Amino acid sequence: MAQTTAVDPAADADDTPPPSSSPRQALKANSASARERKFGRKLLLPAFVVSVIITQVPFLVTIYYSFQDWNLQRPNDRAFAGFDNYVTVFTGGSFIPAMIATIIIVGGSVLLSLVLGLGLATLLDRKFVGQAFARTLLITPFLVMPAAAALIWKWTMLDANVGMVNWALGLLNIPAVAWNTDFPLVTIIAVLTWQYTPFMMLILLAGLQSQSGEILEAASVDGAGGWRIFTAMTLPHLRQYLILATVLGTIMMIQVFDPVAIMTRGTGGTKTLSYLLYERAFVGLEVGEAAAYGVVTVILTIIVATLALRSVFKFLTEEGSRS
Amino acid sequence: MTTRLTRRRLAAAIAAVASASMLAACAGAGGSGGGSGETTLTLATVNNPQMKDMESLKSNFEKDNPDITVNFIQMEENDLRDAVTKDVATQGGQYDIATVGAYEVPIWAENGWLTDLGPKANEDADYDVDDLFPSIRPILGEGDELYAVPFYGESSFLMYRKDLFEAAGITMPEKPTWDQVAQYAKQLNDPSKNQTGICLRGKPGWGEMFAPATTVVNTFGGQWFDEDWNAQVDGAGFTEAMKFYTDLIKTAGEKDPVSFGFTECLNLFSQGNAAMWYDATSAAGSVEDTENSKVAGKVGYVQAPVKETDEAGWLWSWNLAVPKTSKNQDAAWTFVKWATSKEYIKTVGEELGWSRVPPGSRLSTYELPEYEKAAAAFAPITKTIMESVDPEQPGTQPQQWVGVQYVSIPEFQDVGNQVSQKMADVLAGRSSLDSALKESQAIAQKAGDAQK
Repeated sequence: MAQTTAVDPAADADDTPPPSSSPRQALKANSASARERKFGRKLLLPAFVVSVIITQVPFLVTIYYSFQDWNLQRPNDRAFAGFDNYVTVFTGGSFIPAMIATIIIVGGSVLLSLVLGLGLATLLDRKFVGQAFARTLLITPFLVMPAAAALIWKWTMLDANVGMVNWALGLLNIPAVAWNTDFPLVTIIAVLTWQYTPFMMLILLAGLQSQSGEILEAASVDGAGGWRIFTAMTLPHLRQYLILATVLGTIMMIQVFDPVAIMTRGTGGTKTLSYLLYERAFVGLEVGEAAAYGVVTVILTIIVATLALRSVFKFLTEEGSRS
Repeated sequence: MTTRLTRRRLAAAIAAVASASMLAACAGAGGSGGGSGETTLTLATVNNPQMKDMESLKSNFEKDNPDITVNFIQMEENDLRDAVTKDVATQGGQYDIATVGAYEVPIWAENGWLTDLGPKANEDADYDVDDLFPSIRPILGEGDELYAVPFYGESSFLMYRKDLFEAAGITMPEKPTWDQVAQYAKQLNDPSKNQTGICLRGKPGWGEMFAPATTVVNTFGGQWFDEDWNAQVDGAGFTEAMKFYTDLIKTAGEKDPVSFGFTECLNLFSQGNAAMWYDATSAAGSVEDTENSKVAGKVGYVQAPVKETDEAGWLWSWNLAVPKTSKNQDAAWTFVKWATSKEYIKTVGEELGWSRVPPGSRLSTYELPEYEKAAAAFAPITKTIMESVDPEQPGTQPQQWVGVQYVSIPEFQDVGNQVSQKMADVLAGRSSLDSALKESQAIAQKAGDAQK
């Protein structure tokens, strides 16, 4: 907002014809443009109203539902429940484990895919024969639909009888591992890491390619080795890109549902918040309880996002003031 | 000022017109276009192969009933439940016919959502109500009531590889006990040959793991709830049954049980990597399919293994029902009658092939010579099992609900799902059976209290 008001008068000044710039005329022109701006805002009103209806009304309805005792299969017993559903959320014993599961799965996958993505981006940043082809191949996992990716991993990779991972372990004389039963967390993190590494790689590759070659050349002339250049110059340069990749990756991965539903069914600490919500709404058919989980999740997300974004912007502006 | 007012009015007018046109659009979607004496029926159905066959044959019905057209809306099971429940609860009247599973028919009937088709069915001698499988009847209504009619039904039985049993010198009895089956499974379990002793569903879900597991609980003398809705999940019978079930999977079952539901077991068994498989009778069609199964012709079928009861098979049917909110009750019944008639079964056999006949709905299906020939390996035993199952008391103790492998209360799918997740922890060795069952008892008791 502050930005627009700062820019607008300048633009208006440009528009007013220079020869007849008496104070009175300027005032008149100013009030005319103010009126125009007001009218412009009114023209925006329908769009604004529609977007409020689309985004806020469902949320209000969700809040209303969260105070209802409502099982889809018992429509006759529908009643006002007060804060019962919220009591269930906090004392039912599912919410905290689901939050921990979400943090472990999303945190682990973001970290792993960031590291792997950085490695692949560094490799892709140099010239070699077949570079474009390699890049296309590396991006592919990100283009596969999440449900299809989960199915590929379930059957082709991790199946106890015919899976490729267990086949490879068999070559080393290691007995087949029951991934979904014994290591559900590892399974989900592996699938997510596989899917999102290309995304991280793309963002970081853009960062690497925006680095000026001359400066790097100058550094190596000054006697800096490859590792020194990477840690002292490339990584600081990539800072904004790393933050951006982390924020976007977290936002996308926090909605993880498909691999959990297809592979582990929420067992062994893989019941993330989104899967818990699905279970309450579509298996439990408890509309009120599911709505309460949703409301609490939204509130927590707003708090976390506000804190995260604030620190991210701080990072970015610090970076800006330094350069 | 005046301009401002007119602008405000203009905005209000735009808003009014917009909302009015939105309302009109809604009305257009909800209302039926008819008026010329022609009826359009909307049928909401699960997307199973048998239902797709029904859709491909609907032109036969429309030819005989030129004033009725039928629109099929195919949905995934969860979506269907959601859509129909909402429509009926809000008196929407969007669906004239819906497929309803055996678990939900009593619940929906009690909610007053379904039309009693009994009067119409009983007065029609050609329809022959008494030909419907008698064991399914109590699920669909008391006495002459008929809140839904079965489209196809199934029970469960034990499938075993005749060649492997012969090679090992074992003879499978016609009525095996679970103790025998466990012994055979351990004998035939051979990881070095990639051969599993028995495949049992371990995938969490009330309809996955707890379909076969509940039949084991029943025959071990356990049950989910006693007659007064006290949960019995940590009781002796339930505990013994689940100890047996999880131990059998651990010692002689598939390697990654949490991944294994119906589809995965079908895959394992039909690829020749399992010696036995305890599952739905409807699986036999796929097991005997020479194109996709390596074990076609090598499989024997016997009754569900037992412990303390005489039989232990489950009972499931997909049924057609007419919601009370339908405005085309008579036309809907005409279609339901056609799709569940003896003639329809013959039509499927003649036009699509006898192996695709919907099984387990009518006794007369099993007297059709063509079907007897096409399904000789498994049809007779399917009929025997389905006739002997008693959904009113499948276990050793009396129960308050009608149903074998589930409890027909709205809370059960939630309870079954949560308990099966705890069983997955037991299978993985993350928690002991006793502590998992103790937690499950609390979950089940909460659902039981809601029935009191």
